[in-house]
Amino acid sequence: MIDETLMSFEEKSAYKLRSLYTKYGYLPYEMGKFEEYELYIRNKDFLVSDRVIAFNDTNGKLMALKPDVTLSIIKNGEDVIGVKQKVFYNENVYRVSETTHRFKEIMQTGLECIGDIDIYDIYETISLSAESLSTFTADFCIEISNLDLVKKVITSVCDDASFVSSVINCISEKNNHDLKKLCEKFLIDQTGFDKISSLISVYGDRKNVIKQLKEIFDFCELEDMETLSSLLDNSKFSDKIKFDFSVVNDMNYYNGFVYKGFIDGVCRGVLAGGQYDNLMKKMNRSSSAVGFAIYLDRIEDLFRDNEKFDVDFLLLYDNSTDVFEMSLRVNELINKGASVSTQKSIPEKLRYKEIIDLRRRA
Amino acid sequence: MLNVALPKGRLGEKVYSMFEKAGYECPSIKETNRKLIFENEEKGIRFFWVKPSDVSIYVERGAADIGVAGKDILLEYKPNVYELLDLNIGKCNMCVAAKKEFRDENIKVLKVATKFVGIATDYYSRLGRDIDIIKLNGSIELAPILGLSDVIVDIVETGTTLKENDLEVKTKILPISARLISNKASFKFKGEAIEKIATAMKEQVENND
Repeated sequence: MIDETLMSFEEKSAYKLRSLYTKYGYLPYEMGKFEEYELYIRNKDFLVSDRVIAFNDTNGKLMALKPDVTLSIIKNGEDVIGVKQKVFYNENVYRVSETTHRFKEIMQTGLECIGDIDIYDIYETISLSAESLSTFTADFCIEISNLDLVKKVITSVCDDASFVSSVINCISEKNNHDLKKLCEKFLIDQTGFDKISSLISVYGDRKNVIKQLKEIFDFCELEDMETLSSLLDNSKFSDKIKFDFSVVNDMNYYNGFVYKGFIDGVCRGVLAGGQYDNLMKKMNRSSSAVGFAIYLDRIEDLFRDNEKFDVDFLLLYDNSTDVFEMSLRVNELINKGASVSTQKSIPEKLRYKEIIDLRRRA
Repeated sequence: MLNVALPKGRLGEKVYSMFEKAGYECPSIKETNRKLIFENEEKGIRFFWVKPSDVSIYVERGAADIGVAGKDILLEYKPNVYELLDLNIGKCNMCVAAKKEFRDENIKVLKVATKFVGIATDYYSRLGRDIDIIKLNGSIELAPILGLSDVIVDIVETGTTLKENDLEVKTKILPISARLISNKASFKFKGEAIEKIATAMKEQVENND
């Protein structure tokens, strides 16, 4: 029997997620700390931060402390028709912190399904995303977008590259007013604006979104969304999974369904995932892929308990204390389920609930 | 409870009156005291004043669910937030200004003094113009007068300060106005309340047009 109270947040999370992913046949993926630097330089836009810690190995080869796990999994896998590689990982990665702009060791947990991917695999990873977040709290949501639909809607109105990228930016910000100005600049008529604008104004309940969009568009991606939505009806957390096109990832790497997870009380997304067939192609792989990563460092803030005590009892003693009597006292407390720290003076940073002073003069 | 970051100053007062008209009044905000946070429990809203350039930080980091920030700040710092509404107030322009007699002959690196390094760099890189950026934190107009820079990139509201110092606008880069922004995660969990406010404020914006 494992006593979870003794585990750190990271250990507890890894334990719970490992048991969840293995249930669905995902195997643990373990790897070394280093990769060839070239792997990251060739795909630097895919990384959260394009800066990596590089060093020369003893043979002169330029190596890097890995800033990402997905690229290594893709690089080391192979394409076999009809086969899927299902793995999960829990690895330290080295990235530049968004806040301090210095390198930081971050625990990254994630899951990848690579191979002959179909709608069931997409459903399974989204459903597992929701189950993963449910291990932390009941107040979470997953929002899904379909990049192929977004691209098709925009390019059906205007396929100018600068227009497309500016529109995607407006959609990611839910910024209808600047979208309007942009459409005016590109001489897009009201109908065109309304079409794109629907990707900002229509979001939320999956069935409602599909119903509303079907009144505007007739694209095959809506059928995929409908199939996915029906599959997600079977998910334990179906009501927490919505459609929202403001979830936008780099289209050079991602395609199709992409999604983000949020937890109430955490100011940024805590989970990001989706299909990344374009990245697979860039890395000369013919298979498709879908997966997600969880940012445990962001979630940990929510559970940081400032009031927590290090021990239940601080037991103070000195040279005159009967250590035999003290050992009995300690055993008695521990047998009752309490934790005890024996000290000769009060440690400055120790947080204790109660003090027991066995010093003779006390 | 919805936390709202308001920009200190005249713009913030205008913004507060829009919240008031939308039915989210908080009378204690008008009292003269040193309080920093003002709350109307019944309406479920809490306001606080912050430096205008800090509003987007409070919202992005989730200390405020929503806030009002100038488009200049949003373009400069590119916070990861939703931009829900153009409030059409606090209107001005981001401009390139210089001494009246200055002509950019495009033969040497242009010295640009500005608070808005990101906006200036983006603008000139789109033009393919080589520049030397001089980051200043205030009194930007002094730079070309004292020869520190050739031009400045700054916000121009009426142009009076420029005129009084023999400077003039050379190019309008983009129009600026105040925007209602929201933290992305807050929008997921308090979306209904945020949308209600955005809709009520949108009505006011449309009525003022």
